[in-house]
Amino acid sequence: MTRQRSRQSSLPWPMLALAGVSVAFFALPFAGLIWRAPWSKVTDILSEKSVGTALWLSLETSLITALISCIFGVPLAWLLARVNFPGRSFVRALATLSMVLPPVVGGVALFFSFGRRGLFGQYLNDWFGIRLPFTTAGVVIAQCFVAMPFLVLTVEAAIRQLDSRYEDAARTLGASRLYVFRRITLPSIKPALVAGVALAWARALGEFGATITFAGNLPGTTQTMPLATYLALESDPEAALILSLLMITVSFVVLVGLRDRWLGHQRNDLVS
Amino acid sequence: MRRLASLVMIPLLGLTFAGCASSDDTTTSLRIAATSSLTEVFNDIGEQFMQDNPDITIAFNFASSSDLALQISQGLPADVFASADVKNMAKVTDAGLLHGQPITFATNSLEIVVEKGNPLFIDSLAQLATPGLLFVTCPIEVPIGGYTAEVLRNAGVTVTVASLEENVKGILTKVALGEADAGIVYRTDILAAGNSVTGVPIADNINVNPLYVVGVLQDSRNQDASQRFIIFLNSEQGQKIFSQFGFGPA
Repeated sequence: MTRQRSRQSSLPWPMLALAGVSVAFFALPFAGLIWRAPWSKVTDILSEKSVGTALWLSLETSLITALISCIFGVPLAWLLARVNFPGRSFVRALATLSMVLPPVVGGVALFFSFGRRGLFGQYLNDWFGIRLPFTTAGVVIAQCFVAMPFLVLTVEAAIRQLDSRYEDAARTLGASRLYVFRRITLPSIKPALVAGVALAWARALGEFGATITFAGNLPGTTQTMPLATYLALESDPEAALILSLLMITVSFVVLVGLRDRWLGHQRNDLVS
Repeated sequence: MRRLASLVMIPLLGLTFAGCASSDDTTTSLRIAATSSLTEVFNDIGEQFMQDNPDITIAFNFASSSDLALQISQGLPADVFASADVKNMAKVTDAGLLHGQPITFATNSLEIVVEKGNPLFIDSLAQLATPGLLFVTCPIEVPIGGYTAEVLRNAGVTVTVASLEENVKGILTKVALGEADAGIVYRTDILAAGNSVTGVPIADNINVNPLYVVGVLQDSRNQDASQRFIIFLNSEQGQKIFSQFGFGPA
């Protein structure tokens, strides 16, 4: 504790000043929303059934996205960090491409691949009668496409920074690669994994462009909170403000909660 | 380092030129905020207008009428506002941001948009109610969504909606890609989309004719040039360009 305090007091003031500007920059837009929000109408707007439907759909799809990103993203991150194979940097660039793509373009690309006339989607449609556009599954596909890279990049960086000697030692003692990953790699990267899941989840929760392009917008099926909010901006700007604040509150509570619950403990463990 | 310097210099140069243009008394720069459905026709109109009025240069800002109405109320710097419907113009007029009254300068009509070649052989509004048909439109608040509801009501047809798109372009994209089967859009959009989609006309007695309205904004410092632009829209020359793009007379 004492060591931490002395470190704090010796922080150079230009760094503090710049950090303060950053905090203000992030805080002011939210302050603006809070300032403009029509507080007298909050209960009316929030009690509308459509709001609950959109919020529930958002939570449901973004959590499924976080789970899927975890299941597929962690092995990919491990592959990129630990296995040296030809074309690795190409695969890494491919996996992160959707981060730089404008989401609407991503949505159109999803049409060309998973749509009813898409490269892969046409067979889904013809052989199994599965259609992804305009369905809740389509929302999850769009969210995964945009959000999973955040988890992959975070986890990959963590695995790279890990001292590989522990893994090597376990391997020489006869542990299988999978066992080493499960018992040594995974526990060591827990903070990064939690951060990656949180990032991917947050990105999925706020996803707009790819969703409205690929999955469309229909209340109860594909209309998530960002879509409901954006469309409310056209008809009822006051409702849009309240919806934005609701989304911010939900994300804020989850992100802060996650951090304290998972990363807080982890940090203490390391110190002691 | 030199690269960096030139990167910084380019925007700076831009600023200097912009500064010159606005301080120069010989040419007036008109900023026109217009609904995105006017993009193609206004680019032609603007070219013709600038040819006839060498002392005026025009810069267009195209977005949806509702977005523009919102931006104008938040202080968007513009001289003229052209809206695809009376309702969004009223938002600006009611806020006291318009100088004088809005003027109608063009009309449009609706058509059913289907995939290129009309593979499902859709030839009437009634067919849009076919079970399993993927019909896309916009929310009622977006002009085209309201008009679609009106036309379907006129025809006595109830449809199942697969998606409520954010604007006309969303409907066109999904139909052009073959992901949706049909939608209802402006006739001019189908003309502008060229070969990528097919249009199916709607009978005149059930069709609607949206009005396009224009007005000069209160804060404009170019009232005179703005008025000249609006007069040009309703001139014989202007109306000829509108009809080339499929718009009806005011």
